[in-house]
Amino acid sequence: MIILEDKKIVSSKFHIENSHTLSVAKEHGTYSSIERLFTLSSEEIIAIIKESHLRGKGGGGAPAGNKWALMPLGELKPSFLAVNCDESEPGTFKDREIISKDPHLLIEGIICTCFAIKSHTAYIYVRGEYKEFSNILQSAIDEAYEAGYLGENIFNKGYKLDVIVHRGAGAYICGEKSALLESLEGKRGHPRVKPHQQECEWYFDNPTLVNNVETIASVPFIVKNGADAYKEFGTSSSPGTLLFAMSGHVNKPGVYESEFGICMMDYINHYGGGIKNGKKLKAIIPGGASTKILTADEVGLAKLDYETMKALGSSLGTGGMIVMDEDTNMVEALKNLLEFYHHESCGQCTPCREGTGWVDTIMQNLLDGVARGEDIEKILEISKTMNGQTICVFAPAVSDVIDGFITKFRSEFESYVREDLT
Amino acid sequence: MSFNFNDDNLEKIELLKSKYPKVQALSLPLLWMAQYQDGFISLEAIQEIAKICETPMMEIYKVSTFYSMFNLQKLGKYHIQLCKTLSCKLCNKDDVLKSIQNELNIQVGESTSDGLFTLSQVECLGSCGTSPVMQLNETYYENLTPISIVEILKALK
Repeated sequence: MIILEDKKIVSSKFHIENSHTLSVAKEHGTYSSIERLFTLSSEEIIAIIKESHLRGKGGGGAPAGNKWALMPLGELKPSFLAVNCDESEPGTFKDREIISKDPHLLIEGIICTCFAIKSHTAYIYVRGEYKEFSNILQSAIDEAYEAGYLGENIFNKGYKLDVIVHRGAGAYICGEKSALLESLEGKRGHPRVKPHQQECEWYFDNPTLVNNVETIASVPFIVKNGADAYKEFGTSSSPGTLLFAMSGHVNKPGVYESEFGICMMDYINHYGGGIKNGKKLKAIIPGGASTKILTADEVGLAKLDYETMKALGSSLGTGGMIVMDEDTNMVEALKNLLEFYHHESCGQCTPCREGTGWVDTIMQNLLDGVARGEDIEKILEISKTMNGQTICVFAPAVSDVIDGFITKFRSEFESYVREDLT
Repeated sequence: MSFNFNDDNLEKIELLKSKYPKVQALSLPLLWMAQYQDGFISLEAIQEIAKICETPMMEIYKVSTFYSMFNLQKLGKYHIQLCKTLSCKLCNKDDVLKSIQNELNIQVGESTSDGLFTLSQVECLGSCGTSPVMQLNETYYENLTPISIVEILKALK
């Protein structure tokens, strides 16, 4: 078995007792990027982030520096930072680790980011269910205010910054950046129609940057050590590390940070201790439920970086792997996911609202033994109508999930078909 | 029947107003506040929130029905929310569910006759590494087994 070397940027303090408190975090290096931060200009910081090729860690993997560069730096309107901690993608549970084990690292990242985009207000949108963890985060913010790290005059540098925890209330779609902003404006979390040209996001018509918790938590390392230090980790096109995670049929499920580019199976064996009960691997959903499933053979070829996963017809997503052993019933697994999507569709676009419902119903018929062969084709047909017809990427992702399960494990679905029905 | 935020909450609302560029942004924080105050969100509370948010009442009602954690009806003292999504399912959450149903004699969506427990199944709680997991009111219980869940419930009775 291959032994992997631990490479940690974001999780380096997770194992330390009381790492969520200011005194312990500071003792172990949190807020050490601040000194250098205030020697740089906005443009310089954005250039460093661009140069580092830091990619968004919430699932999309878009270059963070390019997104930051879309922010107008003029002072005409106030600008905002919205930190996305609406983590609801099945199989993903990494942001929770950051806000409960090293919240000061996130606050430090927020300070760096806000200073770079000239914002004086940051909202952290935390999913409603994470009440216990957002309490820890709130205590850390309170400590930072008391220490003068947040507030009117942070670190005595003459810069004002407020950080506000905003609690969601149970809606998966609010992880989509424009839905998150709608929700933050006090509305239903309905994704917005995207503009034709690239531009920043808007919160009450004010320029706004939305980034995932882990992306922001990676910023202090880059500000402190420079872009080249970050690029020493990972591959040339996927530099750095990610808080990959495993759940399902593995011996040691959990979140383990690793650099990009290592073999998926090495990761599963080294950190996860292999498949539970000595069973054989059947399939892995690689990056949160909404990425295309990989068969055991494909997993053998998979490396944990954006390019390899794309070449395999799937994507790296959030890096949250759901591992399934040889005994897993794929029809039941897909049905389970469709119930999720059916429940979580925001209902704005017809192909998504109706499509998820119809496929869910047909899947139930299949499991109840009242579906015919043509019903499998019908599922694939409905799935096609969901691709490329909607405001956000929710429905296309569901379409991919359905296609992946049915094309790769078709015989299992066919075994449920009843042709003798009249 | 009318709804009024208590004095503590009224103070908090004033503070909240200073944190957002527009008062409309307060709808989620205020719905949470109303739910904590009464245990559920009444139409009267929605009316009051609409007034504070300077928004039509229907807008606040729309918001309250969109988010699954807002309860427009009274629930049991303990709201069992068992995660039903894939990672928990792979780790035998169905056995945990059966155990709850046997112990409390209720089905999903029902409350016990003494008003102590309400049983729900919810979508992914973001705790897949320690599945099966449930949220009891606001506290996570992780790595559940059909035996441990009974012990947890017995301790609450």
